[in-house]
Amino acid sequence: MISRVSTSTDRPWRALLPVAVVLGVMAFGLTSSGYVVTVIGFAAIYGIFCTGLNFFMGYTGQASFGQNAFAALGGYGTAILCGNHYWDPLAAFLVSMVFAGLVAYLVGLPTLKLRGHYLAMATFALGLITYEISIEWNGLTQGYMGISGIPPLGVWKFELANEKQMLVALTLLMLLGVWISVRLRDSRFGRALRAIAGSEPAARALGIDVARYKLAAFVIAALYASAAGSLFAHFVGFISPEVFGAAMVIQSFTMLFLGGIGTTWGPIVGAIMVLMLPEFLRGLKELQDVVYSMALIALLIFAPKGLAGLGSLFARRPKAPVPTPSGAPARAIAK
Amino acid sequence: MALLSVNDLTMRFGGLVANDRIGFDVEEGAIFAVIGPNGAGKTTLFNAISGALTPTSGEVRFDGQIITGRPQHAVAGAGLVRTYQLVQLFADLSVRDNVAVGFHRVSRGGVFAALFRPGWARAQEAHVAEKTRDLLEFVGLSGVADMPAGKLPYGQQRLLEVARALAAEPRLLLLDEPAAGLNTQETAALADVIERINGRGVTVLLVEHDMSLVMKVARRIVVIDFGRKIAEGSPAEIKVHPDVLAAYLGGTEAVADDGAEPAHA
Repeated sequence: MISRVSTSTDRPWRALLPVAVVLGVMAFGLTSSGYVVTVIGFAAIYGIFCTGLNFFMGYTGQASFGQNAFAALGGYGTAILCGNHYWDPLAAFLVSMVFAGLVAYLVGLPTLKLRGHYLAMATFALGLITYEISIEWNGLTQGYMGISGIPPLGVWKFELANEKQMLVALTLLMLLGVWISVRLRDSRFGRALRAIAGSEPAARALGIDVARYKLAAFVIAALYASAAGSLFAHFVGFISPEVFGAAMVIQSFTMLFLGGIGTTWGPIVGAIMVLMLPEFLRGLKELQDVVYSMALIALLIFAPKGLAGLGSLFARRPKAPVPTPSGAPARAIAK
Repeated sequence: MALLSVNDLTMRFGGLVANDRIGFDVEEGAIFAVIGPNGAGKTTLFNAISGALTPTSGEVRFDGQIITGRPQHAVAGAGLVRTYQLVQLFADLSVRDNVAVGFHRVSRGGVFAALFRPGWARAQEAHVAEKTRDLLEFVGLSGVADMPAGKLPYGQQRLLEVARALAAEPRLLLLDEPAAGLNTQETAALADVIERINGRGVTVLLVEHDMSLVMKVARRIVVIDFGRKIAEGSPAEIKVHPDVLAAYLGGTEAVADDGAEPAHA
């Protein structure tokens, strides 16, 4: 009998570790006040963003440096529709998402023919273009000034009155996002995505339309990004071009790799870690950044598969496979 | 009618003619082999048949339909499934999941089926899981079902690739040098698996360098050398064919002497 590599089924407590951490942090947020609530709220929003990005970069194994563009579409969509035109937040949220998805589809059609570095460059350009538009199109976006006075999240006449209610809503939406990610990962659809990450030629040889599935993952990532952008606008009440700048890309990459790219809970764990760590290090004053960077490097060295994979450190190491007695594979179903 | 029919297939890369007007028919139910010395153009031919390359001229018919120039996933969708000379596994996926991916062609469902899991989707997943177990047993990999595929020893990776291709329920299975890198024991195990696959009604076309495997399993053989078909027949005929002997025993002069060697660059 060969010892099994960790799967979600054989040792449930290990798979539940990241879930417990995430729920623990959210509960901590609810019992805290002020700034801590804000930071944890950001973690939830970034968690949603990274969960989407994980579809494209984790499951499907493609690089996108321009996902901030879709967060900007969501953020500005909500800001403009709710702030200037007094739309219902939910309607603005959904319309922005549909619009972002449509843009992702149209941009993705030609762009996703590229691979590797070229795809990275093209998507990076997409982020830059969106950033420039948000600066230059003054009439729509108010340029560097940004848009303020965005109402909080709500549905119809019910409005989330304070930050804690907001945090509950963000947590629920984040959990919904993870639930979708889990469901899609363990399905025919998710297997096709993960097959593409493993080997495109093999995926093709098995009849998987690689271009179509890449596009689907790209659009899903854009829908998540747009949702995160809209939620940010409601949560803070103000957006400007800088919010959705290149820094967002770098931060989300850190979260994804730190948390565990390609895992279901990794993006959330990563988002919480990257946003909370600096808060714990605040007391170190000028050494803060140094210690923060050292902590990141240490984590990447000792947990190269990300924090969500840390549970497996407690597992017995899988033994090397025992070769089957060659020449005698089971004849069970030979007809 | 032949299941696969290759007619006058030519594949040119600039001045190099890798395949020169090659033609043969693979009957349904056959184990058919294409052999030839290194650099003869076997893999190129294979790529042109499976849709990875579009031939310069000529056509490939599968079940009567012309499949030349169709994208590879569409060729696979028609029931012509290939493996690779250099094993192409989904290394990070478990052995079990590798095979499950293979069922893509013969299952259905996208995002909505995955999210809401209607009854038919759940039944399909259960069916895939069950058939995956059967296939792993068929090739003798049940014991390592939860291992990441990349951690398997090479011989088992080969078997896994075959199991995965079988999951797609191919009508024609194309095996590209399946014995490459295998030891004698593993090759014998592979020959056994190929014969049992054929026994399940799958037509097999293999491109192979290893003569022991080919002579053991193939019923009909095409020999190519320098991009040209030089012989076709049963293993017994091929073994004594003078041109084949010349090609395999290093008689390059014999081939060049008849003045028909423009492709050899």
